[in-house]
Amino acid sequence: MKALPTAIGRGLRLKLVDWGWSARLLGQLLLGLGACLRRFVLVREQIFYLGNRSLSIIGVSGLFVGFVLALQGYYTLQRYGSAEAVGLLVALSLVRELGPVVAALLFAGRAGTSLTAEIGLMKAGEQLSAMEMMAVDPIKRVLAPRFWAGFIAMPLLAAVFSAVGIVGGYLVAVPLIGVDAGSFWSQMQGGVDVFADVGNGVIKSVVFGVTVSFVALLQGYACKPTPEGVSAATTRTVVMSSLAVLALDFMLTAMMFSI
Amino acid sequence: MAFTDPHPTTPAGPLIEVRDVTCGYADRIILSNVNLSLARGKVLALIGSSGGGKTTLLRLLTRQLRPLSGQVLFDGQDLAPMNQDQLYAQRRRMGMLFQFGALFTDLSVFENVAFPLREHTQLSESMIRDLVLMKLNAVGLRGARDLMPNEISGGMARRVALARAIALDPDLVLYDEPFAGLDPISLGVTARLIRDLNDALGLTSVIVTHDLHETFAIADHVVMVANGGVVAQGTPDELRASQDPLVHQFVNAQSDGPVRFHQPAPPVRADFGLPESEEVA
Repeated sequence: MKALPTAIGRGLRLKLVDWGWSARLLGQLLLGLGACLRRFVLVREQIFYLGNRSLSIIGVSGLFVGFVLALQGYYTLQRYGSAEAVGLLVALSLVRELGPVVAALLFAGRAGTSLTAEIGLMKAGEQLSAMEMMAVDPIKRVLAPRFWAGFIAMPLLAAVFSAVGIVGGYLVAVPLIGVDAGSFWSQMQGGVDVFADVGNGVIKSVVFGVTVSFVALLQGYACKPTPEGVSAATTRTVVMSSLAVLALDFMLTAMMFSI
Repeated sequence: MAFTDPHPTTPAGPLIEVRDVTCGYADRIILSNVNLSLARGKVLALIGSSGGGKTTLLRLLTRQLRPLSGQVLFDGQDLAPMNQDQLYAQRRRMGMLFQFGALFTDLSVFENVAFPLREHTQLSESMIRDLVLMKLNAVGLRGARDLMPNEISGGMARRVALARAIALDPDLVLYDEPFAGLDPISLGVTARLIRDLNDALGLTSVIVTHDLHETFAIADHVVMVANGGVVAQGTPDELRASQDPLVHQFVNAQSDGPVRFHQPAPPVRADFGLPESEEVA
């Protein structure tokens, strides 16, 4: 009779320990900002690995998302005789929603997994223990620069995604379909607000960058130092950070609508 | 904050002292009531069968693990109550060689050895270069400075790790299975290197190992760890001459003795479903 409550209590306790541990790691990563600013070169290197190396997938995906948005947007808008508004539709969709979200999902798959695997393998190879034995805190030296690099790289990647997507939308709408170029751009210029639209998109992408980097680092740092452990952690990184991005996106959008 | 000299000028007393240490988890004690002390300048070998608690003891000395009770003193100071800064101050005085080297795979041999110097000192680039090359020269790998860790053999990787461990001129160097998986030449080279560096640099060394032949040749003091405690200690000659059956079995590499060949298991008959009458070998 006692078995069930014991199991529930035990499970709950382990979960709480997990959460506490994760929150503590997040705190240490945030506090690592000071060390990162003193040695910004470490962050800069990571921005290169996480950001620049993700540019190709972000750029290509952005282009195709822009193509498709223009086609689908035109299909709907021309029914109401407002095909010129396709530029506005493409820009708003990208800047407010698709740029941050899709870029974050791609970032999780491209950069998050490599972060998890890297940290996990460093742990498996006792490199993190070796660092501790050299009186170097691996959270400050290895994890924090990657975390803050994600914080910086993500909004930039989302911006690139949106910009390339808008170019893609233009290529389909104007030369291909024949929408008037002047109204394509002027509608976009008139309808997109810097703070309400672009600003909110930037806020989203910052939140997603922090989320994805944190999940990836947490999974790598907490993983079992075995081949199975690292592979399971890499999978968890993609699943958890993607779900977190989508859930947070809904919450942020709802909050931004109510303001 | 009171200023404490990290290198006290009066090196009195042992460098390491372990007092009545019990270690493990609430339901599983790994080591109980361990006592040992190590004088400065000596080479201590921790021997014993796998899973007997040697590595645990090594991790206690560096506070990678904390004891459940008892004290681990490094240079007279208890490590257990220290915060991270205090602990790291002590760890700068320790170097550790991990079993497989634990080199940073994204850094070259040179940068691996330079790592602790770059992290802990403000030395100029030319000074770092000289120091790194000196350390690499001490382990015979000055010529391998530009190679990456995946381009060198296991024995070389361990020597690079050794150069890295002594980069900050520590007082204590800990070796976790430094001979595991080495060919006979590298094994002899590594053993000689441990002893020579110990004497030349005025280090104190602790070696966890199974390789008795090499170890007995270079150790001043041998501690045998088994069954959750220290079962014997003394000079290599004293251990060789020991009449204790466990020490005798281990030192003479006999497969059965107080350390059983068989893991405890149900009776053979029951496991194989044999009738009571049948003979079992």
